[in-house]
Amino acid sequence: MPASFGTLDRRAAVRTLLAGRRDLLVITGLGSPSYDVFDAGDHDGNFYLWGAMGGAAMAGLGLALAQPARPVVVITGDGEQLMGAGALMTIAVARPGNLTIVVLDNGYFGETGMQVSHSGLGVRLNQVAAGCGIPTVEEIVDEAGLRACQPWLGAVSGGPRVAVVRIGAGQVDRALPPRDGVFLKTRFRRHLGLPVT
Amino acid sequence: MTAVPQAAGRGAPDWPLDIFNTLRQAGVTQASYVPDAGHARLIQLMHGDDGVRTVVLTTEEEGIALAAGAWLGGARAVLLMQSSGVGNCVNMLSLMGACRFPWLALVTMRGEWAEFNPWQVPMGQATPAVLGAMGVTVLRLDRPEEAGEVVSAAAALAYDSDQQVAVLVSQRMLGRKQWLGSK
Repeated sequence: MPASFGTLDRRAAVRTLLAGRRDLLVITGLGSPSYDVFDAGDHDGNFYLWGAMGGAAMAGLGLALAQPARPVVVITGDGEQLMGAGALMTIAVARPGNLTIVVLDNGYFGETGMQVSHSGLGVRLNQVAAGCGIPTVEEIVDEAGLRACQPWLGAVSGGPRVAVVRIGAGQVDRALPPRDGVFLKTRFRRHLGLPVT
Repeated sequence: MTAVPQAAGRGAPDWPLDIFNTLRQAGVTQASYVPDAGHARLIQLMHGDDGVRTVVLTTEEEGIALAAGAWLGGARAVLLMQSSGVGNCVNMLSLMGACRFPWLALVTMRGEWAEFNPWQVPMGQATPAVLGAMGVTVLRLDRPEEAGEVVSAAAALAYDSDQQVAVLVSQRMLGRKQWLGSK
């Protein structure tokens, strides 16, 4: 059991990573990571997934390839990334320089009743990512690690990168972003100056 | 054992090239795929075009999420796959329906015409119903000379009307598989 799996506060960790964002584009995995990013401050350049489990990193890849001059970050959880584990291979071979994937890893499926996840049972997602060929992988366990990785979220080359952030498993209040997918899509495209049809 | 698609007859339309040209004219710049012999030439053409980012997938639903992200960033993606992968796509299609993202997939069919592998039949037979159940508009491509027209119509329906569209490329059109190197 992941009794002392991580200690970082998830909301504070996300706020630290997103602090001072400029042209960053953000896609969030369903569940708590969507709430964490919304809690850090809603933004037209945020796209919150409310479903599509396992798809967050791949949506990030499509966006990163379409917008190579903009940094793109996917902020998701261990359970969501586990369901899309193959995407780490796909992203590694696609080599998007501007893509960072942040996995908020508490070792639990938090949204569904706090069942222990594969991560909590011993799978090391940072080692999985490295084994898939992601060139830059960090396991982040403290504030200093977070601050060291924060520049990744402004970078448009050198990726893809994966940061596995060891967060505590404590419950936090829900902060619910909009659930209307068409609204979120349209808002995001308008933010990029794209036509809204 | 190596499987090769039956060679097209002399003078037959070069339908993979027609599809490629149609997709490029429709503005497609991302092509993801799970390899399939029926798509081999189209995949090769995509790889040969510097204006297209090709993405090889580990499973088909990755290509759906990729298409959503592409559209968010102003790009148009196409997914090349085989009917056996349609079942893998089901829940990820919720993303496209809920957000009204365009989705265009070209699906080579198995299990419907002179199929020799019974393992291909259940998913092939269920493909139109499974796609339909998830709100995907299904178009058929049965004749090589219609490839450009059908794909052009599908692309317009997807990218101009924000629909999810699959073009099923008939197994009859692809030709019977010839199996080499049997014991």
